[in-house]
Amino acid sequence: MSLGHDAGLTPHQAPLRNVFGDALLAVATENPRVVVLDGDLGNSTKAETVRHAFPKRFFNLGIAESNLVGVGAGLAACGLIPWITSFSSFLLCNAYDQLRLAVAMSNINAKVLGSHGGITLGKDGPTQMGIEDLALVGGMPTFVMLVPSDPASMHAAVRAATEYVGPVWLRSSRVALPQIYPMGECPFEIGQANIVHQGDDLTIIACGIMVAAALDAAAVLSREGIEARVLDMLTLRPMDTTAIVAAARETGAIVTAEEHLLTGGMGSNVARIVASHHPVPMRFVGLADTYTDSGDPDDLLRKYHLTAADIAQAAREAYAAKHDAGNGRER
Amino acid sequence: MSIKLTPTVSVPALQDKARALRLDILEATTRAGSGHPSSSWSAVEIVATLFFGGVLRYRPEEPDWPARDRFIMSKGHAAPLLYAALAHAGYFDREMLSHLREVNSPVQGHPIQGLMPGVEATTGSLGQGLSVGLGHVLGGRLNQLDYRVYVLLGDGECEAGQVWEAAMAAAHFRADRLTAILDYNKYQETGPISREMALEPLAAKWRSFGWYVAEADGHDFDSLMAVLDETQRVTGQPSIIIAHTVKGKGVSFVESDFTFHGRALSAEQAAAAREELSHVARS
Ligand SMILES: Cc1ncc(C[n+]2csc(CCOP(=O)(O)OP(=O)(O)O)c2C)c(N)n1
Ligand SMILES: [Mg+2]
Repeated sequence: MSLGHDAGLTPHQAPLRNVFGDALLAVATENPRVVVLDGDLGNSTKAETVRHAFPKRFFNLGIAESNLVGVGAGLAACGLIPWITSFSSFLLCNAYDQLRLAVAMSNINAKVLGSHGGITLGKDGPTQMGIEDLALVGGMPTFVMLVPSDPASMHAAVRAATEYVGPVWLRSSRVALPQIYPMGECPFEIGQANIVHQGDDLTIIACGIMVAAALDAAAVLSREGIEARVLDMLTLRPMDTTAIVAAARETGAIVTAEEHLLTGGMGSNVARIVASHHPVPMRFVGLADTYTDSGDPDDLLRKYHLTAADIAQAAREAYAAKHDAGNGRER
Repeated sequence: MSIKLTPTVSVPALQDKARALRLDILEATTRAGSGHPSSSWSAVEIVATLFFGGVLRYRPEEPDWPARDRFIMSKGHAAPLLYAALAHAGYFDREMLSHLREVNSPVQGHPIQGLMPGVEATTGSLGQGLSVGLGHVLGGRLNQLDYRVYVLLGDGECEAGQVWEAAMAAAHFRADRLTAILDYNKYQETGPISREMALEPLAAKWRSFGWYVAEADGHDFDSLMAVLDETQRVTGQPSIIIAHTVKGKGVSFVESDFTFHGRALSAEQAAAAREELSHVARS
């Protein structure tokens, strides 16, 4: 995967899910109240790091996600800090009611890892993918939603989630992501987006794997004389309204990019904020209304238009629309 | 209706079929570089008996034939086995197997209804197939068709609550045309079932839910034919065949290592597996 190449990002060997496993082990080592619940996927999500180090604080509830979430809620009520782990698809699609009542409505202090988000889990195919996870978590208003974009932000997010009191959803990926931030140096505060590339001609607002792609796009655009700002939306809820409105005001055009269905995803929420505070031309990169094939992650990203080239094209369009609008031609 | 199952092919012929299926599973997953060969190999004899032992009535040239018997692969990660069996049964060309898990190919990582003929249910999220099977049985009743429905379950899959919801409902509706076959290979993804979740006493659980329970050697055609015959005579209640199997069956170094779950073989391992599978003697 040449992701991050144009932007000159340092590749990272370990897949993001392995970084999650390390980060989870770190917080479990520091905080004896952290417990980990698995749905027979610890080898895939990498929650197994805690199984090996602290077997007493690790529970495999088996292939039974509703029970898994309910048990996690009970543990949280006892003052423990449960990390409930599985693929996002299995948790949200098998245990939505349990997440809704026992976790979200009860506002308990549980953390949920939705691993294998998006389409880059690849060859296992659409039955296992989480292309609607952010929309579904979005349907549970008390959940904080975190989408790390690289190894450093994964470490920071796991730490922040564990320290925060209340329900947190964390998305992880099967693939390796290049380094956006130097290890140990990701500024991370829940609710705060990071500007990872400066520019005034338009803003690309991205999350997860699409941040590196957005930086690649920004590098390409820069050669064409378009300076794109790139915002890393590490938290999807609460959304950083200030950063989004500033981007609209200062750059006048916005592209959003996410590895998720366009319907109900990050872009639609950004659009609501832009429309209410400072409307500017917008374009959206994400999955159109479709389930995808199985396949190699890179093949899938290309087929479903989730590449740096797709972001760059959307950016050109948004930028042109901004100029047309300036000349009174847009709308 | 009490019928005596008469195998349409001999046991040695079924053994040849099983070997061919195992090799197809090997080639498809090795080529794809991922997939679940060990979970597929585990159930080869079960699926071969159903498709090639004269148990299922089906018409490959008319996949939606209303009176066909249904086979539902509830443990959807054994998709390579399902696809190989469907290809050998004549639903599509065997060449399709070489496009397993490829972009733009209908031979998806997990089975998706409507993409390939003969795929009766979209599965891959475990726990769902038995309910769909019960729906087919109830539909058959309303449509006055006497087909049977066979659902292949994983043992780890039986940890899912929905399996037991379906079990309760099938007994309630006296679904005697529903047969579940449990691929009891004693392993789930992260380890031995006995270590991860107490599933036993399994036969007693199903019995207490109102099911007729039979056990079989899941790699022995005579044993499988005998219990299929036995369960077809049961009236007024659904049946389950607890088929004792070996995960990874046929490839010794996979049989003895559960961490092969969900992994394709390396080129070297595949060569060794090919060698071993090609030389299984007929019994
Ligand atoms: C609802 C759900 N949870 C988790 C998984 C991930 N998963 C795929 S296969 C598997 C293990 C299945 O074990 P078993 O049913 O015993 O099948 P085997 O591979 O041993 O035949 C798991 C946990 C899944 N597919 N669906
Ligand atoms: Mg098993």
